[in-house]
Amino acid sequence: MSLLNPVWTSLLYLAAAVFFILALRGLSSPRTARRGNLIGALGALIAVVTVFLSSRLENIPWILGAIAVGTVVAAPVARRVKMTQMPQLVALFNGVGGGAAALVALLELNHADDPWVRLAIVFTLLVGAVSFAGSGVTFAKLQELMTTRPVVFRGLPAVMAAVLLAAVAAGVAVIMTGSAALAVLLLVLGLAAGVLLVLPVGGADVPIVISLLNAFTGLAVAASGVVLGNVLLVVAGTLVGASGTILTRAMAAAMGRSVSGILFGAFRGGSTAGSTAVSERPVRSSSAEDVAVLLGYAQRVIIVPGYGLAVAQGQHTAAELAQALEARGIDVDFAIHPVAGRMPGHMNVLLAEANVPYESLKEMGEINPEFKTADVALVVGANDVVNPAAKTSSGSPIYGMPILEVADARQVVFLKRSMRPGFAGIENDLLYEPQTSLLFGDAKDSLAQVLGAVKTL
Amino acid sequence: MDGMSLLTITVLAVFVGFEVVSKVSSTLHTPLMSGANAIHGIILVGAIIVTGQATDPWMLAVALLAVVLATANLVGGFVVTDRMLHMFHARKQVAGKEAGTKAMPGEVDGR
Repeated sequence: MSLLNPVWTSLLYLAAAVFFILALRGLSSPRTARRGNLIGALGALIAVVTVFLSSRLENIPWILGAIAVGTVVAAPVARRVKMTQMPQLVALFNGVGGGAAALVALLELNHADDPWVRLAIVFTLLVGAVSFAGSGVTFAKLQELMTTRPVVFRGLPAVMAAVLLAAVAAGVAVIMTGSAALAVLLLVLGLAAGVLLVLPVGGADVPIVISLLNAFTGLAVAASGVVLGNVLLVVAGTLVGASGTILTRAMAAAMGRSVSGILFGAFRGGSTAGSTAVSERPVRSSSAEDVAVLLGYAQRVIIVPGYGLAVAQGQHTAAELAQALEARGIDVDFAIHPVAGRMPGHMNVLLAEANVPYESLKEMGEINPEFKTADVALVVGANDVVNPAAKTSSGSPIYGMPILEVADARQVVFLKRSMRPGFAGIENDLLYEPQTSLLFGDAKDSLAQVLGAVKTL
Repeated sequence: MDGMSLLTITVLAVFVGFEVVSKVSSTLHTPLMSGANAIHGIILVGAIIVTGQATDPWMLAVALLAVVLATANLVGGFVVTDRMLHMFHARKQVAGKEAGTKAMPGEVDGR
């Protein structure tokens, strides 16, 4: 039985599509972002209710049960995940969406006699599988279940080419025969292609690839809409595909990278693979008391927070230190690199969580000229975003990425856990400069020691 | 729906997609990515349709898996985006307090 006639069904789907457009527009401005997200959720709710009321569905108790399972699994994870782990969760959710699209296409093969519909099925299967497997690898990299450095082996381009050729052949065969077995083979080839695509991507570039795979999943959903003759899926999927493409390019531009450089850069030469070797050059390490004296008698201090600060949950201590210094009449700012953390805008989220006052957070363009006037730049758990190699070393994987110019400050203090290179896997020459000193240890502990020492000055 | 109408809708949607996010600040890249991610979870509608047509047990099992995955994408995506954006809200409110001014009315909801 269906309670809604086709006209009402179409109108409700249209309303949902409009809500999705409003959601994306809202999400691109800080003032309306939260409302935009809620509008999107409302659109999704309308669409799901509509499908139940308009289609002749069997197995309804099973469907409701599966929706309950999906909700019970995802909602608590989404609610409880640490802010530092947000990027890998976004990758995971994107991947399962791609997987769902591929499975839907696989099941529709039975009903598809038209070659154009079969072409859409082949596209959805392949792109959905690439997105699922690729997102799985990005998750593993961000969660540090595997190395975050580019993984390149001899013959990788040849293997990739072979997989893609086999996928095209299998795709053509599926279009001609409609064979389910070949479709499953295509699915497997898509999974392999997804893994091979993301393995060579280096740590700092992983978030951009998540955005790219997000756009892929959008396209897979749009193609599955063609398969099912459902306009809402076509519109929503295309919207995400297009906006995701723009977003991917904007994120790449923020890091001074090209998208093709990110995907295929590791094929071109060994230098992008980064180094694991720790240099033998001497560094100047200092004590918390030394750092406190340096800070306590400065006039201007700029704190540069990085992912290491967030992981150590040291945001609150950093905020307290800033307050203690300000109480001594010292001018303190936080310098936020656009890709500090694991993703563009991630550090703003993390510091906002720690209630660091908004007006102390300075964007890169604003703060860079001010490093010259700073007595001390205090780098807490950041490395790649202050590495001068981005400006000077053309072979470096982060070459071209805009950086925070802490080298201009009179003194630079790094709070670091160890000499291990940062996320991008490259050494920072700034660590060996004469104006630089290092305080080793967990970011939160070190900050607490420095804070204690400042208070006794 | 005929192929030409679908193509028209697709092309128009591409342009709308390009337009709506053409000028996004880097601060919002992560929430926007996450929000767009949630929207493609609407594949749930497709997963429900194929499950509703499934006849043999194997197809039903695969279709139900698709429903679970799509629901996780949809629900998880919106929840995680909302949490991220909530942080931006909290920041503005704190900033208002620090400056000794009252928070704007729109900024105190949801607390």
